[in-house]
Amino acid sequence: MAALLEATGLTKHYDVQARGFFCRVRTALRAVDGVHLTIEPGETLGLVGESGCGKSTLGRLLIRLIPATAGRVMFNGQEITNLGPKPLRAVRRAMQIVFQDPFGALNPRMSIEDTIIEPLLIHGSRRDAAARDAVTQMLDKVGLPDSARFRFPHEFSGGQRQRIGIARALILRPKLVVCDEPVSALDVSVQAQIVNLLSDLQVELGLTYLFIAHDLAVVKHISTRVAVMYLGKVVEIADKRSLYARPLHPYTQALLASVPVMHPSRRRRGPSGEPRITGDIPTALAPPSGCRFHTRCPHAMPVCRTEEPALRVADAAHQAACHLLAK
Amino acid sequence: MSPALLDVVGLVRDYALPRPHPFAAAPRLRVLHGIDLSVPKGGSLGIVGESGSGKSVTALAIMGLLPRPPARIRGGRIEFEGQDLLKLSDRAMQRLRGPGIAMVFQEPMTSLNPVFSIGEQIMETIRAHESVSEKGSFARAVEMLEKVGIASATNRMTDYPHQLSGGQRQRVMLAIALVCRPRLLIADEPTTALDVTIQAQILQLLMDLRDEFGMAMMLITHNMGVIAETADRVLVMYAGRVVEQAPVGRLFDQPLHPYTRGLLSCVPTLDQDQDRLIAIPGNLPEPLRGPGGCRFAPRCGYAVPACEAAIPALVTFDTNHAAACIRVNDFG
Repeated sequence: MAALLEATGLTKHYDVQARGFFCRVRTALRAVDGVHLTIEPGETLGLVGESGCGKSTLGRLLIRLIPATAGRVMFNGQEITNLGPKPLRAVRRAMQIVFQDPFGALNPRMSIEDTIIEPLLIHGSRRDAAARDAVTQMLDKVGLPDSARFRFPHEFSGGQRQRIGIARALILRPKLVVCDEPVSALDVSVQAQIVNLLSDLQVELGLTYLFIAHDLAVVKHISTRVAVMYLGKVVEIADKRSLYARPLHPYTQALLASVPVMHPSRRRRGPSGEPRITGDIPTALAPPSGCRFHTRCPHAMPVCRTEEPALRVADAAHQAACHLLAK
Repeated sequence: MSPALLDVVGLVRDYALPRPHPFAAAPRLRVLHGIDLSVPKGGSLGIVGESGSGKSVTALAIMGLLPRPPARIRGGRIEFEGQDLLKLSDRAMQRLRGPGIAMVFQEPMTSLNPVFSIGEQIMETIRAHESVSEKGSFARAVEMLEKVGIASATNRMTDYPHQLSGGQRQRVMLAIALVCRPRLLIADEPTTALDVTIQAQILQLLMDLRDEFGMAMMLITHNMGVIAETADRVLVMYAGRVVEQAPVGRLFDQPLHPYTRGLLSCVPTLDQDQDRLIAIPGNLPEPLRGPGGCRFAPRCGYAVPACEAAIPALVTFDTNHAAACIRVNDFG
């Protein structure tokens, strides 16, 4: 099966000006650094990592909301990295995004109908009965009453606003939807509703998701495959089952060990616990040499400081970038 | 059980809302409808609830930090070591904060003053509550920073909050709260803004310091996992009321209130595979409007007409397990 999306060596560096005494020093912030990734049609690829690891930047690069510094992205067999504005707009129909903050992502001065219909207008539809019907259908699909169309964002709760954001993303019937932390701003009792809604819509409309989140349990629930990012690099990517049952990269192991237990009888107290990592994520302005995780890794060896490990195939559906695997 | 350090009985709180027109009486919004809770010496109480459930307001009320007006106490007692905090003068309350009760806030980004170094902020706390020399307070601050796990503490004393990461800022917040050795620490969502790896570190640190100082803790969160890791007893709040109260093991094994059951089953877990999450339908109620009966009834799968009639009282079922639901006996 041909991949729906394929990224090769995808890189995004931001120029940051640090002030020196006499001159300005330019350094590159390596937000995303040489990522290879494929997304198969119909799957959900989960993308996890700590804040600042570049997962949102990667999501935006993949659908070209921001231009890449290097590397390329093939979508549906077409390279989109260097497309001009017109052909890019045609491709955009098929790739949409749902944002994290349901309060910031909707224009407070646009009614719900205007918000949901806007993508259609941008892509050449007229504001006619057919377009309005599409809005009605979409509202129904995301579980909002038709009367919502004349109301404004401030009248809705966080969960309802996220439904509006989903309706806006899906009205063009895209193939790929990037969900950038769609539930992390919501209360837990509402989170489950939105996760279920996304699963239902995926089946109904044949969608492919890139699901970005920092909550490992939510990602496990919704994904078919999961990629783990650390400081701009994908350090492990595997089938969901394989990744959670047998995490290979020490970072993935540490992430999983950090998730709070779901029953008090399984409390891990004291120093005897599983390998917890210490310290903070280093700055992407000056990432550590060699393996970027070596500064926090409980298994770091001399080679980790000097040589950067490549993604290695552990088995058919499991790849990890760690020197321990070479043994 | 050891004698209670903190006892809150029937706490009721109102907020005055803006008047609709100059001659109207200010409408009042009730945010706490009679909260009872108690924290034993050295114990740890977890309060869990979603936004708007009144958990933070409860904490601020205990600390005496709600601005009055618009907030107003309409009844109840807050007893700390036998003393009713609601009857204390502002000065007496100020003396109690620090060595008596201290609080850690959710937002480590906004709770620290950006124009003072972290050392000054810790030393300010010491000097506000004790008469110590500059030198003495400096040494105490450094010692505290080391305790909360900040490396090369002496050098970091002159750092400003923006030079620290989120996890380090939360450690500094902890240092400020703990430097006067409080007997009760209130932590309001101390790890919500942090990544899981940092959250695990901070929770571990909190529990270690609790054991070391022998202090009691009240930990407020919306995350059942954090409760499972830290609490002895749990209080579940919904729309300004306590809906269930139990020892932590019991609450996870045998939740009685449908809302608690919903909270426990609506989050996916790492150990189980589910096809579908069991969502709680509907949205959180708005504080002003709402049905007359049980506030959870509109979202509850077990609701019967009787639920709409009156607000169920918190009824004790076993020695220390209470729930506010008229159908509890039907669930067994």
